Amino acid sequence: MSKYLLDKFLYLIDRDPELVERYREDPQGTVTWWEAERANAVLNCHSGEASTWLRFTDEERTALATHDHVKLFELGAHPFLTLTLFIAMFERDHAEPLAYQLAFAARLQHFEMPYPDIAT
Amino acid sequence: MATVVAVIASTHHPFFYKASTATGADRPPFADEWVSKITAFRETLTRANPDVLVMVGSDHFHQLWLDNMPQFLVGKAPFYDANWYNEEREFGMPKMLLKGHEELSAHILREGIDRNFDLAFSNELRIDHSITCPIITLRPEADLPIVPIYTNIFAPPMPRPKRFVDLGEAIREIVESWPSHLRVAIIGTGHLSLELGGPRQFGPHGPDPEFDLRAVDWIANGDIESCLAEVTLDSLHAPGNATHGFMDFMLMMGVAGAGAKADHVDSLDLFHTREAYFTWYPNGVNA
Repeated sequence: MSKYLLDKFLYLIDRDPELVERYREDPQGTVTWWEAERANAVLNCHSGEASTWLRFTDEERTALATHDHVKLFELGAHPFLTLTLFIAMFERDHAEPLAYQLAFAARLQHFEMPYPDIAT
Repeated sequence: MATVVAVIASTHHPFFYKASTATGADRPPFADEWVSKITAFRETLTRANPDVLVMVGSDHFHQLWLDNMPQFLVGKAPFYDANWYNEEREFGMPKMLLKGHEELSAHILREGIDRNFDLAFSNELRIDHSITCPIITLRPEADLPIVPIYTNIFAPPMPRPKRFVDLGEAIREIVESWPSHLRVAIIGTGHLSLELGGPRQFGPHGPDPEFDLRAVDWIANGDIESCLAEVTLDSLHAPGNATHGFMDFMLMMGVAGAGAKADHVDSLDLFHTREAYFTWYPNGVNA
């Protein structure tokens, strides 16, 4: 389990408008590139510094590469990060206000309390 | 010493700015009532005539992140840029620039640390809608210097609810011990029941209307004892998966003081979440 890395991906894609579009259009390629080139960057340090050990599990990588927000919820990705990024990518495809947010919720209806643990 | 002229606790709803400024077909049906309630709420701060605002909120994974996560952080900077690209994108929030008050920041940090709150600090803090929403609702001129205080209600492990109440009580005492003639308002925002990214989000009401009514009653009556008897880190999952933001209301109950009944109480049942607004005048309305 690397919930932290799932969250780091969602967080860093969400804050970059170009990456939001790239992830929307090419999720598989963006996840592959990001894991190879960005996953180990130590934030708030100069570009020469990096960690050496961060990688997704196969299940996590597939969930991200298929835009599977239900699986991300199950894996304990932070729901605020998932929601924010997925609204940015897909709300535009829905004509009615809140239609995407409500469909997002409907796809999670089978989860009961307690929800998957989001502690990192 | 400084005078605490108002204590204000509020929800922070990022859609207010867009709803209140929308016109014609874009204006939602609840906008007029919402603006009316906010206008009355704003007047409770205006009449207190503050010189400086202490603003309690919570960063939404903007500047504060899991590689380096403070539980409580005080801004100490001459200025604070405000609102982030993704808040502009999702909520239409405007970019803002607020003045800081470094002397009061330094006083809160020194006294807070000496009272066993190991407060983190930031000399370059870009604040988000947890603090700019109440600026927009309560002081849209954005002309007063602020001291931002961030709490972690977002990333477990978090401090327990009692710690929030205790910090609120300490902030009140610390501000009142500040050797200054200035008039200080202490403003904090949180949530009632709230679900974000889960199956109960964006319903016709908040995810737990019964919790919301109990919560409003606790806050309005300063009933810290009943609130602490019921609310725990575990219990806050039940009303909605983002309800830990209620701990910022508990902090503000600590600022207002046990048993302090609010002088202004208002609430608005919206889709997704209930809005709630509270003002106390600790030294009387004409302090």
